[in-house]
Amino acid sequence: MAEQTVESPRPPGILRRVFGAIGLLRESSIGMVGAALVLFWVLAAILAPVLPLHNPLEPSLPLQPAMSPAPDGSTFWLGTDDRGRDILSRLIWGSQLVLFWASVATLVAYLVGMALGVMAGYLGGWWDEAISFLANVLLSFPIMVLYLVILTGLGPSSDLGRFLSDTFGFSPKVVSGIIIVAAVTFATAPQVARIVRGLVLDLKTRDYVAAAQVRGESAAYIMLVELLPNARGPLIVDACLRLGYVTITIALLGYLGLGLPPPDPDWGKMIAEAQPLGKFGTNAMIWPALAISSLILGLNLLADGLREISLRD
Amino acid sequence: MLALAIRRLVSMILIMAVISFILFLIFEADKLNVATKVLGAYSTMEQRLLWLENNGYNAPFLERYLSWVWGFVTGDWGTSLQYQAKVSELLWPRLLNTALLGGTVFAITVAIALVLGILSGIAEGSFRDRAITVASVFTTSIPEFASATLLVAIFVFWLDLLPGTSSFNDGFALDQLVLPVAVLVIYNFGYYTRMTRASMAEVMTSQYIRTAVLKGIPFKRVVMRHALRNALIAPFTVMVLQLNYLLSGVIVVEVFFAYRGFGKLLYDAALFGDIFVIEACTMIAVIVAVSSQFISDMGYMLLNPRIRFG
Repeated sequence: MAEQTVESPRPPGILRRVFGAIGLLRESSIGMVGAALVLFWVLAAILAPVLPLHNPLEPSLPLQPAMSPAPDGSTFWLGTDDRGRDILSRLIWGSQLVLFWASVATLVAYLVGMALGVMAGYLGGWWDEAISFLANVLLSFPIMVLYLVILTGLGPSSDLGRFLSDTFGFSPKVVSGIIIVAAVTFATAPQVARIVRGLVLDLKTRDYVAAAQVRGESAAYIMLVELLPNARGPLIVDACLRLGYVTITIALLGYLGLGLPPPDPDWGKMIAEAQPLGKFGTNAMIWPALAISSLILGLNLLADGLREISLRD
Repeated sequence: MLALAIRRLVSMILIMAVISFILFLIFEADKLNVATKVLGAYSTMEQRLLWLENNGYNAPFLERYLSWVWGFVTGDWGTSLQYQAKVSELLWPRLLNTALLGGTVFAITVAIALVLGILSGIAEGSFRDRAITVASVFTTSIPEFASATLLVAIFVFWLDLLPGTSSFNDGFALDQLVLPVAVLVIYNFGYYTRMTRASMAEVMTSQYIRTAVLKGIPFKRVVMRHALRNALIAPFTVMVLQLNYLLSGVIVVEVFFAYRGFGKLLYDAALFGDIFVIEACTMIAVIVAVSSQFISDMGYMLLNPRIRFG
C-alpha cells in the first residue's frame, strides 16, 4: 500500500525571507532613503581599497579648497587638510574604520545584553535581581561620564591596557579598539538587557514555551531556540538605532581624543584636528561632520522604516 | 506611596554606594599609582612611599574606602593635581555654569517640544504632523559635535555673526551662549517632541475626548482642559529621565566650545589623570542622574491619580 503523504507547505528558505523583508522595505519610502544612505557608506567602506583615491596618510599641498588640482595631475575633490592629506580619501577610509568598530562594538554589546536580558527574564528570582541591579548601576552613569571613567581608568595606558599589549602582543590600535568595544558594551548592554528582559517576560507565558517545558527541554534550549528568535522583531529595529548611537560614540571618542590612535583617518579626529585652525579649517571640518550626520540619518530612517513595517502586520 | 518612595530612596543610596566603591577601586586600588600621579612621574620611589605613609594610604583598602566616602560626604574632596586647588572650590562655580547652560537648554527644549508635539499629536497623519515628525527625526540624527561644527562654519566663519568659543573670558556674554544652547536644543527637541506627540495622539483617540467633542465643547477647550492633563504625564517622566542624556550632551558641547562648565572640568581631568577631580565629578554626575530618576518616578506618581490613590 502506497503511503499517503500530505505535502506540507515548505517554510520559506532563509534567502526568500531576507529578500521578502527587503521587498517589504520598499513600501516605506523613508526606510528606502535610510537604506540607500547606509548602503552608500557601507559600499564606500568596502570599496575603499579599490577606489582611485589618494593615500589618506600621504601629505601634499596643505589646505587646498575643494576641486583643486593635485601635483600629480589628479584632483583633490574635497580639498586637503592642514597636512595636505586628501579629505575625500580620508573620509572614505574613515568610514571603514567607523563602520568596522561600530559594528563590532554593537555586536558584542548585543550578545552580552541579550544573554543577560534573557536570563533575567526567563530565570527570574535572584538572576533577575542581580542582573537588574547591575543594569541599574551602569545606567545611573550619564553615558559620557561612564566613557570618560572607563577610558581613563582602564584605558591603553592603564594596567589593563599594558596587560593586553604585553601578554597578547596586541598593537596599540587593537588595544584601543578592544577597550573601546568594552566601554561601549558597558554602556549599551544594560539597555539591551532591559529591553530583552521585558520582551521575554511577555513571551514566556506563551503556549509554545509551556510546550517546550513539558517536552523537558533545558532552560538554555528554551532561551536560545524558543524565546530569542521570537523576540527578534523589536530587537532588529532597536539594533539599527543602537548601531547609530554606537557610531556616534566611536566618532565622538575620536573627536575627544580618546578613540583609536593616530594617524588613521577617523571622522571625529578629523574635526578635532581642523578645529584649532579656525576659519582656515572650515573645509576640513564640515565634510566629516556631514559624513557622520548622513550615516546616522540613514540608520535612523532605516530603523523608522523597519518599525513602520513591523507595526503593519 | 510613602513606602514606595522609601524603597526607591534606599535603592538609590545602594546604587550610589556601589558606584562609589567601583570608582575607588578603579582609581585608588593601586596606591603606588596614586602617589605617582600626585608627585609626578619623576619622583623617586622613596618619596612616593613616604607620601603614602604620611597620607594614610597604608591602611587596609576598606578602611581607606570608608574614610574616602566620609570625606566625600562631608565635602572634603581632596586637591586637584592640575590646578593645585581644592576640588570643592573648583567644582561649584563650574557646576553653576553647567546648570545655567543645561537649564536654559531644558526650558527651551521642553517649550518647543510641547508646542510641536501637541500640534502634531492632535492632527495625527496630517501634513503638519508628518512634517514635524520628519523634522524631528532629521535633527535628532545629527550628533552634537557635528551640528556644532556645521553651525560654527555657518555662523562664525561665513556670516561672522557669533563667537565660536564660549569661555566667558570677559565675564558673562549672552552671544557666547547662543551656539552651545542651539546645538543642544536641536539635538534634543526631536525626541521630546515625538514623546509628546505619541502621548497626545493616544489621548486624542480615547473615549472621553470623543464624548467631549460630541457634547459640543469647543475643540480648543477640549485640548487645553481635557486632553493635555492626561497627555503630559508620560512626556514629563521621559523628559526628566532624559536629563541623564542631556548631561552627556552638555559635556560634549562644553568641550567643543571651551565652555567652563562641569563637563569640561571632568574632561580635562580625565585627560590629565587628575584622579580626585574625576572622582568628585563622577560622583556629582551620578547623584544628579539618580536624583532625576527619583524625581521622575515621584512626579509620575503625583501626576497620575491611578497610582496616587491606588
